[in-house]
This record gives sequence, structure tokens and C-alpha cells, in this order.
Amino acid sequence: MMPKSPRIWQLAERRYRLLGSKCTLCGKTSIGPRSVCPACGSEKVETIQLPSTGTVYSYTVVHSLPAEKDGYGPYIMAIVELEDGIKLTAEIVDCDPEDVKIGMPVELAFRLIGQESEHGIIYYGYKFRPIMSRT
Amino acid sequence: MREVAVVGVGMTKFGERWDKQLRDLFVEAANEALKDANMERNEIQALYVGNFSAGSFVGQEHVGPLLADYLSLKYKPAFRVESACASSGMAFNLAYMAVASGMYDIVMVGGVEKMTDISAPEATSVYAKAMDAEWESFFGLTLPAAFALIARRHFVQYGTKPEQLAMVSVKNHRNAAKNPLAQFQFEVTVERVLASPIVADPLHVLDCSPITDGAAVAILCSAELAKKYTDTPVYVLGFGIASDTIALHDRSDITTLGAVVEASRQAYKMAGIEPKNIDVAELHDSFTITEIISYEDLGFCEKGKGGLMIQEGETEIGGRISVNPSGGLKARGNPIGATGVAQVVEIVQQLRGTAGKRQVPGAEIGMTQNIGGTGSTCAIHIFGRQRR
Repeated sequence: MMPKSPRIWQLAERRYRLLGSKCTLCGKTSIGPRSVCPACGSEKVETIQLPSTGTVYSYTVVHSLPAEKDGYGPYIMAIVELEDGIKLTAEIVDCDPEDVKIGMPVELAFRLIGQESEHGIIYYGYKFRPIMSRT
Repeated sequence: MREVAVVGVGMTKFGERWDKQLRDLFVEAANEALKDANMERNEIQALYVGNFSAGSFVGQEHVGPLLADYLSLKYKPAFRVESACASSGMAFNLAYMAVASGMYDIVMVGGVEKMTDISAPEATSVYAKAMDAEWESFFGLTLPAAFALIARRHFVQYGTKPEQLAMVSVKNHRNAAKNPLAQFQFEVTVERVLASPIVADPLHVLDCSPITDGAAVAILCSAELAKKYTDTPVYVLGFGIASDTIALHDRSDITTLGAVVEASRQAYKMAGIEPKNIDVAELHDSFTITEIISYEDLGFCEKGKGGLMIQEGETEIGGRISVNPSGGLKARGNPIGATGVAQVVEIVQQLRGTAGKRQVPGAEIGMTQNIGGTGSTCAIHIFGRQRR
């Protein structure tokens, strides 16, 4: 049985377009929707477009896979620091595990993330790839 | 607020307990705690249970009344507390509050997790629910991977080395070899840790706490009543509780756990002590890097010097501050919801002087530090042989 409204839809736009939240009072930006600024508590928070490029802040190659990634890995997970200083968690693709480095410039790539089940909803979202790979 | 004492403790053997259900494990630990406190079960006025995810592991929610039922605590209030790996550290705090406030005189607090009924990949997915489901684990981050991200930054910022991480595992395995209730009662070497399979680099299997079944229980009462039940009550001298962002990436520096810094500041202040006064500490070594950054964030050493602290043997049993004489999460085992109270069980035994071959000589003041998720929750308690 499919749910009446797949949960993925609640955040689809945020994830597809990399939208963030910005406090109009203190200027704090966050990934994901926020109605209260986590820094100052203000409710004056607006939706903004986040930059689509940044650098690798930290990374790891995941070998012990969670059940939903069965047969997929090893894969690179990273915290990426976007140009405006905001950080987010994403997979790094189009890159060999030996080549990923802290400080490596990366850009957003729109990719398939997973699937609910064999015939279920397909999840899309952002991953990041080395800027060098674009030739 | 009145003073509170621990008068009874009990714990199951930790490990793969194929023959036992969640309820069996808890009842076993609880009965032992009652016996330890020379107490009748009808003297218990309320039950607090830490449990992370019985729903995911064994298909059971509502574990408070389940366990009260199986302990014959009829009609007694039974609370279930969930704060990921800090579930029973947080449950312990609520139980403490209930007695300190004067609302109850005697309460039971414990934790339980039954993890081996599902596969390791499924367990990895359940662990990941302790992080931000929409902005971390959705994209493939696992809990070990998050701590691997922390470790890599610590390497870069402070020069910490994989060998130093491995030394935490070596120490904690050595201690667990002296603990009859530990999951892994054998020693390992730095070479063996570094040769073990990679979970999320730079973390190897032997850098990570295992999947464990187990339960731990403590009985608390007001300090006035304590001597009625035991000659060696252990008193709660102070505590600190703090939370932090659910997502690791929302922190400016991921090599420090702000909730640990804040909770320890509160706890030291309440107990009227400094880090140097701690004789023995059960710290949250869910991963070897976690113990190293905890040394720093608790003020046991300077920021960035955690690797050096393990290397110089300062946290061995009988060292400057003995850390994880039980074997810690790494080697005693980490049944998630039971871990916080299992730490309390060890500290109580250490302060009573009944920890056998792993006894820290002359231990007067002990600490438990229980972390949830990537440090989104931290519960710290400080204990003493003497009242404040």
C-alpha cells in the first residue's frame, strides 16, 4: 500500500533546488526549512537560494552500509562547506575514494538518492562532485 | 532539592543474548538491583526506563508499562525515555529529579536494548535515526560515518593519529578482559585494531562499539533513607544536561562537542569540584575518537591533546584519571538504551570498592558521561562516597 502522500514530497523542492533559510534579523543561514532562527530565536525567517558550489570540509568512505544502501558502496560521504559558509551533508560522486581531499572544490549534482522499495517512490536530491570533473 | 543516593545496582551479561527477550533482560537486571539493595519490589514508587528503539529492534513500543508489568510494579508510574545512546543517562536524571524534589522516596531507573534480532545493516539504519533523518541519514550518512568525519577533522586540526585512536580500543579491551559481564573479554593490539576491516575510514571495526543485548538497573533513594538499605551508599554530587544541534554539519567546529562542554561545566559547578578531582570516569566511547574528544571537552586535558593523553597512559586504571575501567562501550558493549545506567553501575561498584580486578585504587569521586547521537544530547553525573 502506498501512503496517501509520500513523505518525500514535503521536502522535495528544498532538496531539488538546494533552498535554505535565512534570518532577516541576524542573518544566520541554515539548510532546510526553519520557522524559528536557531541562532537568535527570531520568527522572521525567509527562504533563500543557497550557492551550488563549495569545498569539502570533512569526508569519509563508508564501507559498512546501512540496509537501504545494500550493494551500493563503498561510497564517499562528506560535509561540504558552501561558498557562503553554510555546511551540509552530502555524498561525493564522480570521484574515486583515493582522490577526495579536504578543501577540494565541489559543485551540486542532481541525482537519484534511493527508492522506497522495488516499485516504490524514487527519491531524488543533491549530491556533490568535483568541479574538476566537468570537462 | 534534597540529596539522592544509589543503593542498589544490577546488570546482565552484555553480548549476544540469543536466548533472551528485551523484557527478560530488564527483569534480570532489576531483580539483581533489588537484591543488591535488600529491598522488596513493592517499595519502588516509580520506574524510569531508557530505551532507544525497541520499536525498530523488536517491534515493541510502550516499554514502560511492559517492564513494570513484568516486574509486578502494579499501577506504578512507568516512564520510557528516549535520547538515542543517552537514553538511560537522561532517564537517570529524571529519576534523580523525582527523588531530589521530594515527590518520591525510592525509584528504579534502568535501560535496556535488544539489538541482535535484526541484521547488522538493519542495525546501522536504526542507529542512523539518532541523527537528522531528513538532512543527514537520508543522504547516506551513518553514525560511524559521522564520527569518522569528526575524526578526520581532528587529525587535520590537531595532528591526532589512527594509532592513538587504536590505543583507546586497546585500553578498553584490556579493562573489559577483567570484567565478567563485558561483551569482549579479550585483549587487542594497536596492530590488530588497524588491521581490522574499515567501517567508515579512518574508523575500523575495532574503533567502534558493538551491537549488544543487555540491561542495567539502579535503585535511587533519598540520602536520609540510604543507610537503611546499604552500608555503602553512593551519592549523586552533581549533574549537567545539555543538547546541541541534531545535525553535525550545523556546528561551527565538529571536533568539539558543545553539549559535553556545557553539561560538564554545570556538573562541576554543582558538585563543587574540578576535573582534576575525578578519580574514575565512565566516558562515552561509542567510537575511539569520541573518548579522545571527550577528554578534551571535559577538561581532562587541553583541546587537541586527547591523543597524547591516551598515548601517555594517563587514563589507564590507576592513571591520572582512570577512564572506562569497565571496558567502556567499546568492549563492555553498547546496548544503546542501557549504556547510561551501565556506566552508573560501574561507577557505583568502583566507589564501593567492589570492582574486583579492575578496581581503581582509592576511588572517591566518579563521573558518568553519556552522549546521544553525534553529541546532540549529553548527560553527565558526578558521584561520591561522601555526601556533599
